[in-house]
Amino acid sequence: MSWQKKFLQQLEDAEIFVKSTEISPFVELWQIDDKHWQRFAELTAENKFRWAAGWAEQSGVQFYVYACFEKSGNYILLCATVNVSKPELPSQATVYAAANRSERHSHDMFGIEFLNHPDPRCWMRHKAWGKRDYPLRHDFPVQGSPVEITPPDTDYHFIQSHGVGVYEIPVGPVHAGIIEPGHFRFQAVGELILNLEERLGYVHKGTEKIAEGRTPEGLAKLAGRVSGDTCVSHAWAACMAMEQAAGIEIPERAALIRGIFAERERIANHLGDIGAICNDVAFTFAFMQMMRIKELWCRTNYELFGHRSLMDKIIPGGVAVDISEVASKFILTDIKQLRAELADLIPAIDLNSSLEDRIYTAGYLSPETAAYFGTLGFVGRASGQDFDVRRDAPYAPYDSVAVKVAAEDQGDIASRFWIRYKEINASLKLIEQFIEQLAKLPEGDLVTHWQTPKTESYGLGIVDGWRGEIISYVRFGENNTIARFYPRDPSQLNWEALEKAVLNNIVPDFPVCNKSFNCSYSGCDL
Amino acid sequence: MFKLFKKIITTGIVTEKYNAPHDAELEALGIEIKRRIDQKFTGSLAIRAVDAGSCNGCELEIHALNNPFYDVEKFGIHFVASPRHADVLLVTGVVSRHMQTALLRTYNATPNPKWVIAMGDCASCGGEFGTSYASCGAVSNVIPVDMTIAGCPPTPLVLLKGLLALMEK
Repeated sequence: MSWQKKFLQQLEDAEIFVKSTEISPFVELWQIDDKHWQRFAELTAENKFRWAAGWAEQSGVQFYVYACFEKSGNYILLCATVNVSKPELPSQATVYAAANRSERHSHDMFGIEFLNHPDPRCWMRHKAWGKRDYPLRHDFPVQGSPVEITPPDTDYHFIQSHGVGVYEIPVGPVHAGIIEPGHFRFQAVGELILNLEERLGYVHKGTEKIAEGRTPEGLAKLAGRVSGDTCVSHAWAACMAMEQAAGIEIPERAALIRGIFAERERIANHLGDIGAICNDVAFTFAFMQMMRIKELWCRTNYELFGHRSLMDKIIPGGVAVDISEVASKFILTDIKQLRAELADLIPAIDLNSSLEDRIYTAGYLSPETAAYFGTLGFVGRASGQDFDVRRDAPYAPYDSVAVKVAAEDQGDIASRFWIRYKEINASLKLIEQFIEQLAKLPEGDLVTHWQTPKTESYGLGIVDGWRGEIISYVRFGENNTIARFYPRDPSQLNWEALEKAVLNNIVPDFPVCNKSFNCSYSGCDL
Repeated sequence: MFKLFKKIITTGIVTEKYNAPHDAELEALGIEIKRRIDQKFTGSLAIRAVDAGSCNGCELEIHALNNPFYDVEKFGIHFVASPRHADVLLVTGVVSRHMQTALLRTYNATPNPKWVIAMGDCASCGGEFGTSYASCGAVSNVIPVDMTIAGCPPTPLVLLKGLLALMEK
């Protein structure tokens, strides 16, 4: 392809030499010199690559620094090496806004200095560890040296505003609703939001650190709890990475079951979100109806598979539970019922003018801003970011079906609302197709026999969760133990887009804007 | 508008389905809770949910308590926006060190008499996350806990049972 040739030529002209290794059909590892770190990003930006993820890991006296780029379903995993004694390299956040918080995370956790970073404030670190302590370094003990009561983080410098009538609203970390903790700092004039700054990190639980030394099974359990509404997809991404490292293929049957579980998870969350968006504009009818059908959906999960949100059903090498013929029939009947419910509900909701009043044009995220922050999932797809891992970098079982991706560029709350509805329909069809394929397969193994991966082997799992692309990096140490785990939830990128989407909206519309994004706190704070 | 009313009428009151044998247990439980809440809190129990470091799994099930199947409000149990209005703190997750002060302040802001329920395995005993440089572990490591509800996450039904057990103390 022509852009690839052009891109390689540009790299050569810039004297950036790349050592490339293929790690999966859609992913290549490119190793470059650390001094080219920023220049490389400039060239990828020029060629319209999306900045997808960034993390680091320690290997002896060196840090490997990673950045992941994507274009048309092709991923480049960029890697540079810096010394622990002087861990510096030029920032990519100057080129990609999406890299901003990720680099600050790597700084707080490893002490890597990203030179010329536009925002030198800490991000993940509040007061639970010292300014010169870096939890993910090998010499930092997992228990750390905490004081009895960790003081609140009071010296974070929020952007200040001045002028007549401008005031600040601090919100959180403990919110009024039943939601996760985080801090929002609004600057407003009258009802209008002038600026919003998010301060997250409150639910930082040391996920990356406590993953170290786990068994593959232990890591799958932990990954299922990176974000409790994304149990299936996070566990899938982590298992995919581990399976890649171990060099094993999961049984066809297991792949289909994983697909069914992931789509069931997507539907459950979308049903809940559609209801919750309506709730935030006081449309109780729709809220209660959607919660009702979500409950039925979760009960089916419980009856058939033993867990309402399908936690711990994805395990290394396959799945923990089969879908029998009887269960398949049950699922198909269930789908019919859900369709009938939605056929009643959606027109009733759609014909409601007070809902239209609140969700059309509110919380507008332009396609340009969405692209700028590398926005993912239904948030991106409502703002012209037509990307879906299932279609663009397909993995089993999605490689055997045509995945229809709903995309719009209206960019408002209504768009994010309707994309969810379209995705429910698409997912229902996918489940039917997978069940059809399942019926053709003979009963067989659900798990491929595990093989201890070589020391230092690694893998990159990329799946499309209900919030969008999840990237999970796993490296093995000795004796089948995990040396490094980094999960990148789509929320990490979508959070920053939310800051922009709420500008010039009224403060009372923040909850519904926020719900239309529904970013994960836990998946971002780790 | 007609579509809306039609759906309301055809849906009916799903909460009554608990009369069916399958969910009979829940109905009994709910009535029992109501009786005990009547005794101690003259008919109402105000709960403030605090996520102290949860993965969000428990929150989804708390939300479910408010859906029409469980309709927890009919028992006089409702969720409030401020700890100052609360009788019970329902705490989920391990207590992350970054949330420790916030949880302590929330606890202090809750008027006496108050109860603390640690909901889910993380809040009860540390669960998958345990104690680390970033986590204080179980809620009881930070504030006094009156009861724990196990499960990852506990189902809405188990959560209701837990509320009953608290009343029996």
